[in-house]
Amino acid sequence: MDTSLLDISGAADERTFTANDYKGPTARWCPGCGDFSILATTRRLLELEQLAPEKTLFVSGIGCSSRFPHYLKTYGFHGIHGRALPLALGAKLRRPDLHVFVVMGDGDCTSIGAGHWIHAIRYNPNMTVLLLDNNIYGLTKKQTSPTTPVNYKTNTQPKGSYLNPLHPISVTLGVANASFVAQTADWIPAHLLATMRAAQQHKGLSFIRILQRCPKWTIDIFDAKVKTPDEMMILNHANGITDPKVQKMYKNQMEHDPSDLDAARALTGMTSHIPLGLFYKNEDAAIYNELRMNKSFTTEEKMANLEKEFDRYAV
Amino acid sequence: MSSSQSASSEDAQEVYEKVITGLGDKTYTDHSCEVVSDAGEGAQKCGQGFGALSAKMGNGAWTVEIIPAEIEPPPRTPGSTSGVGIRIGQDKITNAGDAVKLVIAFNEQVLLSRHRVNAMSDDCIILIDSKWRTHVNPKVVGEWEDAMKEMSTKNYKWILVPLEAETLKVVDNPKLGKNMFALGLLCHIYDRDVQIAKDQVAYTFRKKPPAVTEANHKLLEAGIAWAAENLDFRFLVPARPPTSELLVMNGNEAFGMGALAAGIDVCAMYPITPASSVSHYLADVYDNFGGMVHQAEDEIAAIGVALGSSYTGKTAMTITSGPGLALKGEFIGLALMIEMPLIIIDVQRGGPSTGLPTKVEQSDLLCVLYGQPGDGPKIVMAPSSIEECFHCIITARQIAETLRTCVFILSDANLATGQTPFERPKLDAKWMAGPPKQTSVPEGSRPYEWNLDTGISERFIPGQRGGEHTVTGLNHDESSRVNYEPATNQLGHAMRSRKIAVFAETLNAPIPYGGDEGDLLIVGWGSTRGAIEEAVDRARAKGLKASSLHLTFLSPLQPGIKEACDKFTKVMTVELNYSDASDDPHITPTNRRRGQLATLLRAQLLIDCGSWGKVHGAPLQPAVLLGIIEKYIPKA
Ligand SMILES: Cc1ncc(C[n+]2csc(CCOP(=O)(O)OP(=O)(O)O)c2C)c(N)n1
Ligand code: SF4
Repeated sequence: MDTSLLDISGAADERTFTANDYKGPTARWCPGCGDFSILATTRRLLELEQLAPEKTLFVSGIGCSSRFPHYLKTYGFHGIHGRALPLALGAKLRRPDLHVFVVMGDGDCTSIGAGHWIHAIRYNPNMTVLLLDNNIYGLTKKQTSPTTPVNYKTNTQPKGSYLNPLHPISVTLGVANASFVAQTADWIPAHLLATMRAAQQHKGLSFIRILQRCPKWTIDIFDAKVKTPDEMMILNHANGITDPKVQKMYKNQMEHDPSDLDAARALTGMTSHIPLGLFYKNEDAAIYNELRMNKSFTTEEKMANLEKEFDRYAV
Repeated sequence: MSSSQSASSEDAQEVYEKVITGLGDKTYTDHSCEVVSDAGEGAQKCGQGFGALSAKMGNGAWTVEIIPAEIEPPPRTPGSTSGVGIRIGQDKITNAGDAVKLVIAFNEQVLLSRHRVNAMSDDCIILIDSKWRTHVNPKVVGEWEDAMKEMSTKNYKWILVPLEAETLKVVDNPKLGKNMFALGLLCHIYDRDVQIAKDQVAYTFRKKPPAVTEANHKLLEAGIAWAAENLDFRFLVPARPPTSELLVMNGNEAFGMGALAAGIDVCAMYPITPASSVSHYLADVYDNFGGMVHQAEDEIAAIGVALGSSYTGKTAMTITSGPGLALKGEFIGLALMIEMPLIIIDVQRGGPSTGLPTKVEQSDLLCVLYGQPGDGPKIVMAPSSIEECFHCIITARQIAETLRTCVFILSDANLATGQTPFERPKLDAKWMAGPPKQTSVPEGSRPYEWNLDTGISERFIPGQRGGEHTVTGLNHDESSRVNYEPATNQLGHAMRSRKIAVFAETLNAPIPYGGDEGDLLIVGWGSTRGAIEEAVDRARAKGLKASSLHLTFLSPLQPGIKEACDKFTKVMTVELNYSDASDDPHITPTNRRRGQLATLLRAQLLIDCGSWGKVHGAPLQPAVLLGIIEKYIPKA
């Protein structure tokens, strides 16, 4: 492993960080946007995990949600639409010391970036991936997204969207090598935080679909959900994500063993309720960036090895 | 029996008698030949082996691969032609040369494909497997006869060789043996050192069991013996013992080694001909250098991974060809906007679209220069030789890191698969410089603290305390904050552009080859340099005042180009990309679409240059260019 970038300043790190240490410029989302809550919860997470800001990297695509890195005081890479995952993989491949987070919208991840999404799940690099799913294209003003409910009127499909939405959890669970798949909601900060903590501590790619309120375009979809907590089904298990506060708050609870892939897939078909919690976890899934770490060499060794290469091609 | 047989009219019996060409042994300064077979019959191994062993003897050499676009197309069809052209010389050889003077063909159909592209000289000697002429299947015989008829327009000299019959005396499967028998023929004809040839064969089959090498040694010897017995001519191209240590490889291997020498950590790619073999080479050896080839899910992801790696302080490159370049456009814009060092190698092939995947073209120049939306100042360089393929990556890394920008390297299918010897590089530890230090960022410094005079700034890398910021493709200020102010947008553009101008000041003016004034100056770039300069030499030997100017940098342009052009009566670009000819139907000076360098020189330097461009999917032949020069320069 190349350790040349691991040495930060020599001295042991005796700093402690508060949520404020991660605070960037004022966020510019619409009032009431669910992204605010996710941002605040993220800062809490960084504080709880005491992640050094200079070692923390948020990568995003393009969309309202993808402005996320700008509003944190960590390193950030605000990329291009749909392509956050390759950037994040590139960052993680040779820098295992970085804590990498990816933030995407539903158009970003499940439409233009769908190819990278599938492959990132398969590569399973050690990073936390947040899908901020507001069921709509926010930044470009209310066009249909792959997760928009059927018959929902948008600017591109004014008579209502034509097709049933794809289910991000079900797609993710369909990819070989999925290792951590969870669902939560921006308006339940305790559940969101518990889920993000479990994800951050998981080794491999943790994929979290966060139901995200967009008061600007899809208020009707999410308002109903926020106001009817009984629509939620909290998934509990000793190996899952169990938060006492949430257990008290929500009426509907069920046991779900996150090692059971078939049961997890079945849950994605649940129509009576929206399951929140850990769908699936596999700690043995291969981790691409770890498989690809190889021995590092000094410049002298590399030069000697290159001379050997020259010898092979010498006349 | 006549000295040159007409294969279609002679009796099959005669081929086993000694063929009398009356040519005898003759010495040449250089000579070129081709070996062609159906795909899968190993003509490439034969030809590349011949080129390599000639280089080992001290000859100048250049090989060109002839590659079908499919893996195993139907045999005995012109489209299945696979092979190698080899030109060897007493001195250094800089290009593939003209139509070849000798061909070994495994069947008449693959030969026909070479005839149709004028690959063979009018007096070319053709050694061809005799088996098809007297084949039991009348359809095959009919095809043979038709082919002979078609080729009878040329004065080729035919020699029928019992290629398969002789091979079968040594091995059971002729498909895996004819090529080494053919190598034996070449070794006799060109008077090669048998021990060096045997070493080359052993090297070719080094990954196979020893019995394979043994059988192929026998085939090589059988070929030599058959030729000694049956042929009455040899082409002698004496080798000069090399004065310095040489390496032989193709341009893509040279890129791979250049990447190792430049300390490139990550090569992210998606398979595409003719670029992929750079990654094949690297994947084989990268573990000995701590590097990695990442085969991404697509071309977009490949550049994304390279960019992500570069952002975290690693050295990264992506390799591609036309169709992949098109997909990378949006990321290229992002890389330029955030000023991230990145090396992008485009091994050009025929376009547009899927075009001619295995053949040479120089049609990506304008796409690379202007292909991403928005203004994208960048560095574009084009190696003109396999040796430069090695060295240019080292230069590219230094430029990319100093200027915080993308450096494009434009190679092509000709350099990618051609092999030629070059001087063994003397490695320098500085080329492999480690990653930037992870020291804390001094308080108050900003991630785009542009030097207003040069546009250059220093980047912060994740891990550096106090440097936390978010890079963004949105317009941003010195602190990398999103910014929509007119002045800030103007400044960002100016800074990204200025550093390219500052870099241009460090470049030398290109020096005309041949003489710095005269009647015609040919301007070229990339892999055509050797052929252009050879044509200039021949023209000057005839008393024509022609010179050439070769451009290594296409962005920024080197200084002094206009001044050099002003000293010539006429200026003309020569490129392997499409240009309307001035006398084509409907073409006027205003609607004429010229070659890409011609367009650039006209637009940027107001040079009223002519434009010669061909898209034949073949390397430029000096003789063809000489003909053009003679047309342009009227005899006194
Ligand atoms: C290549 C490309 N195509 C289109 C766009 C325009 N665009 C910007 S954001 C966006 C979709 C935003 O929706 P989503 O990803 O769901 O994120 P949200 O804004 O809802 O958070 C689109 C289509 C773009 N920036 N780049
Ligand atoms: S449009 Fe929707 S997602 Fe975008 S900022 Fe406004 S509320 Fe949030």
